[in-house]
Amino acid sequence: MQQFFDTYLPHVAPLKEEFITSTWQTLYMVGVTALIAGILGILLGVILLVTDKNGIMANPFIFHILDKFVNIFRSIPFIIMMAMIVSFTRWVVGTSIGTTAAIVPLVVGTTPFFARQIQNALVEVDPGVIEAAQAMGTSPLGIIFRVYLKEGLAGIIRAASITIVNLIGLTAMAGAIGGGGLGNLAIARGYNRFFNDITLVATLIILAMVFISQFIGNLLIKKVSH
Amino acid sequence: MIELKDINVTFTQKKQTIDAVKEVNLSVDKGDVYGIVGFSGAGKSTLVRTINLLQPPTTGEVFVGKKPLQLLSPSELREERKKIGMIFQHFNLMNTLTIHENVAFPLKGSALSKAEKKQKVTELLELVGLSDKSKAYPSQLSGGQKQRVAIARALANDPKVLLCDEATSALDPQTTLSILKLLKELNQKLSLTIVLITHEMQVVKEICNKVAVMENGRIVEKGNIVDIFSKPQSPVTQNFINTATHIDQALETILSHKSVVHIGPQDFLAKITYLGDTTSEPLVAHLYSQFHITTNILSGNIEILQDTPIGNLIVTFSGEQENLAQALAYLEEKQIQVTPITKDITN
Repeated sequence: MQQFFDTYLPHVAPLKEEFITSTWQTLYMVGVTALIAGILGILLGVILLVTDKNGIMANPFIFHILDKFVNIFRSIPFIIMMAMIVSFTRWVVGTSIGTTAAIVPLVVGTTPFFARQIQNALVEVDPGVIEAAQAMGTSPLGIIFRVYLKEGLAGIIRAASITIVNLIGLTAMAGAIGGGGLGNLAIARGYNRFFNDITLVATLIILAMVFISQFIGNLLIKKVSH
Repeated sequence: MIELKDINVTFTQKKQTIDAVKEVNLSVDKGDVYGIVGFSGAGKSTLVRTINLLQPPTTGEVFVGKKPLQLLSPSELREERKKIGMIFQHFNLMNTLTIHENVAFPLKGSALSKAEKKQKVTELLELVGLSDKSKAYPSQLSGGQKQRVAIARALANDPKVLLCDEATSALDPQTTLSILKLLKELNQKLSLTIVLITHEMQVVKEICNKVAVMENGRIVEKGNIVDIFSKPQSPVTQNFINTATHIDQALETILSHKSVVHIGPQDFLAKITYLGDTTSEPLVAHLYSQFHITTNILSGNIEILQDTPIGNLIVTFSGEQENLAQALAYLEEKQIQVTPITKDITN
């Protein structure tokens, strides 16, 4: 084992501590962002869904505002947005540098993406079932919680799984504002110093995270589908 | 029980307006099984959706059990909808819930205790004959079973009215019959008023006591089922009935095999329709003994609608012109309808 590391990955073993810290930083950013953006994204996605013109609470005014908002924030490149919203970040978490500070732009960058995914997933819920629920006298909130979020659960998990993979990708850029994480390690330690083995191992860890999250996603989808 | 007054439904799509339902008046009495037939696009689904305001009419008034539904607040309307069950062509069950949970769905927020709800669902599943499936999921059931679950769900809040939107259109003929039988039972057992939308006159024939025929958004004919079947007025109704009684099919066979059935050039080809008591009279014998008219029956069927027999025969009469005229007059006097058929409509 030691021999293997010395021969093929000479720069990895001395940086063991940093690898561990960076992995935790990435997991922390992904975890906290997923939690916050998950809640906000579902909320926003559901509002988009029900206020659309054929939705159960059609409201063109609200729909158009949110729709434009989502489109705009989805279009801004993440690395630029981190810089752009820096004063907002400072206002929210008190600092604009570090792992926690990176979470703010990550949430802002992920929420619109996830919201759109949720909207698309829930549109797939059979309109006939919605109609049946309405015919049974179910209230709009009842339809959202008991029909859309239940019948659309597999779609929601699929959207979450895609979003998390996307989010792991975004955390790699967090290094730009001192967020740390595996992406930063790969660039700062590996790429900039020509230590390709560091880049490789950081990438492998990221890939492992992606595969694990996809695996869990698929497992959950299987569990909720009948 | 249900009163629709001057209902119009207009859809506007990109400056184009479509009148889906035009000036419809309909009243359904308690205990009726009211069939609404029409080809696809006739507006019947739109019409039935106005009854529970899933489709609010553009103009006109909807009363269910004397209540003007359009004047209710959203929450009052939701309460009222619980008393109007509805079933659909594609069943519309929730795939993520078990059969038991599906039937229990509309019971949320009712005054029943948890145990009472469970009891209620068990009873309903028993009523539709699916007690053994309560833990299954919809994907594990056949179409007919799914529709039974949908019926149980629709009955959960003891509705007075059941709306059926093409409820048997996705089912095979045998399953259709079993579902119709169930609906008929429910109609009698629970004195449930049923409004049934379909494009198949056979369905209407099976269980309805009243029928309305729709074409291009209007009701072109409505009334008691025996009247409609014995004396259809509009072409579209006649068309539906001929299909339902298989007269069309029989005629086509006859006309495409003229040589086989020996229709002579002088023969008078006609459809005769008779109902009730006249069914039991020895007509053919009478025509021969009194008018020397030979009747050749090419095809025939008898339907029993609401305990009234309705007979349809395709026959040729042969004999002297003068005798034929007398014979036809005799038939008319006996209230037997004779519709001449042109021989050359071969298709």
